[in-house]
Amino acid sequence: MAGFKSTEAYIATRDLEVAVNAAVTLQRPLLVKGEPGTGKTVLAHEVAQSLGCPLIEWHIKSTTKAQQGLYEYDAVSRLRDGQLGDPRVHDIGNYIVRGKLWDAFEADEQTVVLIDEVDKADIEFPNDLLLELDRMQFFVYETRKTVAAKHRPVVIITSNNEKELPDAFLRRCFFHYIRFPDRPTMERIVDAHYPDIRKDLAREALNVFFQVREVPGLKKKPATSELLDWLKLLMVEDLPVEALRSNEKQVVIPPLYGALLKNEQDVHLFERLAFLSRRGG
Amino acid sequence: MFAHLVLGLRSAGLPASITEYLTLLGAMKAGVAEYSVDDFYYLARATLVKDERHLDKFDRVFAQCFKGLEPPDGVKVEDLPEEWLKKLAEKLLSPEEMAKIQSLGGFDAIMNRLKELLAEQKGRHQGGSKWIGTAGTSPFGAYGYNPEGVRIGQDESRHRRAVKVWDKRDFKDLDDTVELGTRGMKLALRRLRRFARQGAATELDLPDTIRSTANNAGSLDLKMVPERHNTVKVLLFLDVGGSMDDHIRQTEELFSAVRSEFKHLEHYYFHNFPYERVWKHNRRRHDETIPTWQVLRTYGPDYKLIIVGDASMSPYEITMPGGSVEHYNEEAGTVWLDRLASHYRRSAWLNPMPRPTWGHTRSISMVNDLMAGRMYPLTVHGIDDMTRELSR
Repeated sequence: MAGFKSTEAYIATRDLEVAVNAAVTLQRPLLVKGEPGTGKTVLAHEVAQSLGCPLIEWHIKSTTKAQQGLYEYDAVSRLRDGQLGDPRVHDIGNYIVRGKLWDAFEADEQTVVLIDEVDKADIEFPNDLLLELDRMQFFVYETRKTVAAKHRPVVIITSNNEKELPDAFLRRCFFHYIRFPDRPTMERIVDAHYPDIRKDLAREALNVFFQVREVPGLKKKPATSELLDWLKLLMVEDLPVEALRSNEKQVVIPPLYGALLKNEQDVHLFERLAFLSRRGG
Repeated sequence: MFAHLVLGLRSAGLPASITEYLTLLGAMKAGVAEYSVDDFYYLARATLVKDERHLDKFDRVFAQCFKGLEPPDGVKVEDLPEEWLKKLAEKLLSPEEMAKIQSLGGFDAIMNRLKELLAEQKGRHQGGSKWIGTAGTSPFGAYGYNPEGVRIGQDESRHRRAVKVWDKRDFKDLDDTVELGTRGMKLALRRLRRFARQGAATELDLPDTIRSTANNAGSLDLKMVPERHNTVKVLLFLDVGGSMDDHIRQTEELFSAVRSEFKHLEHYYFHNFPYERVWKHNRRRHDETIPTWQVLRTYGPDYKLIIVGDASMSPYEITMPGGSVEHYNEEAGTVWLDRLASHYRRSAWLNPMPRPTWGHTRSISMVNDLMAGRMYPLTVHGIDDMTRELSR
């Protein structure tokens, strides 16, 4: 069994590795949840890479229907063609537009399917995919054909927790909650992404980053992806380490904070804290 | 084989089923976890837990089921040479503290107590606070024991293993009903959604297209219908001031959650109990009040009424005309609440006070009776129950 492991670019904790390997071995979908920016979507890319399979991405929007992942019947163009006397009109199969899951099922090798942000869609969306994900097959009413998977794809589903998923759906999945990485893991992640970053800069930046996360009352805590963006900015700007260093008592607004703080209330909060600590110190 | 784990989970209220148990067995057979207890823990967690709210419960049950299975790792307290501890104590403790130890019954007694405490902590899995709390001033803290295990003579990487992963209970704050953010509320409120077609016509209406094409002697005539949208209407009555000051944060969160979730949302404020006048802006509450009658006439019975208030007041404010603390009300509060509850087909009362305390305040049970039991605590779970009732 080709197991999933941390790669050079993606640091997976042991529990995540076990969850992915279980899902791959038993050929069941893996549901991944976690704070935004902890690498849920990237996980699918990494799994595909480490298994050596092509990745099929299906990004879900609020208007996405389950049927669109299987196929769509383009009635309008068939009607039009009928009007114009196009010979194609006699074969209904010409008007069946394949969806992402159909592509995955018909592929000649095993694929990794990413169903991204499943909670964005309507509440009924997961229920409509129950049988399809369980049996990995579906029936096309228009052509009276059953499409079954040649190789059961590895399905990775991410959710941001905006909607609760139905129990019947959950029963069929493995579940993993990506926790926010602790400091050692975070150091490995930074190392994996920016191997040539100056050690002192990385250390100070992480100090600031974890301090920012500790600030009570933040609306959106910065996560891994924000940290990586911010580090990149710091590297490009080539800031001296001193700019990041703050003594224990004083709170300073981190330089280039735009990458870390994503709404104006949080920035205000920081300005207030900085002001208070300047006055107090 | 692991049936007692699944049964334990079920009795702890985790929705684990036979399907998941079979999956776990299948995964074990396929050798996913191989022979490591940690891996088995991760696998069992990925298989049996489907929501991060339950992770903490799972850790507790797992610890209970597999107590003692983990081979001894690292140094145990019992194994530490007593001599060495004594030396350490002398080095670290001030004379006053030494005297305190003597008063506690001497070193042996303390060691025994320490062992007892450790055992107790393992059993209840929450002794952490005790330990952390006493660290520093108590003799135990000074010895360098750590509630997560014993760190003496271990390096960083071993420390992770000395602690059983599940005993750490990392997911404690994700347990449900404790944390109450707008996200959770929004989630609960989404249950209220009702869809209807409204707005711009963007979807193909096939039956109508066929009909009109046929009417058109076969020349194609496309007909569109609007997409479906959420059409639930919500009327929110919020208690402000007085005893509600303690619950402002919760109420604000609820308010921001409903505001983003519903297109048709109207809100009014009242003080303690809804009487004949309510108001829209708190700042101008004394000169810009709106008669409650007008609210009843403006918003029809299809609105869903949600009253948010702690319902903690003197019973007179509810039952007697003139009972209001602010003004003279011609009609008693009961009359007004009856009127509201009977006008709106679906109504509910959300109470920010924790449910166990409801029995202590008479007015709460009175209001609950007036609402025919439709009072719910202002927690994610409570809102969930409320939306279920409102959308029936």
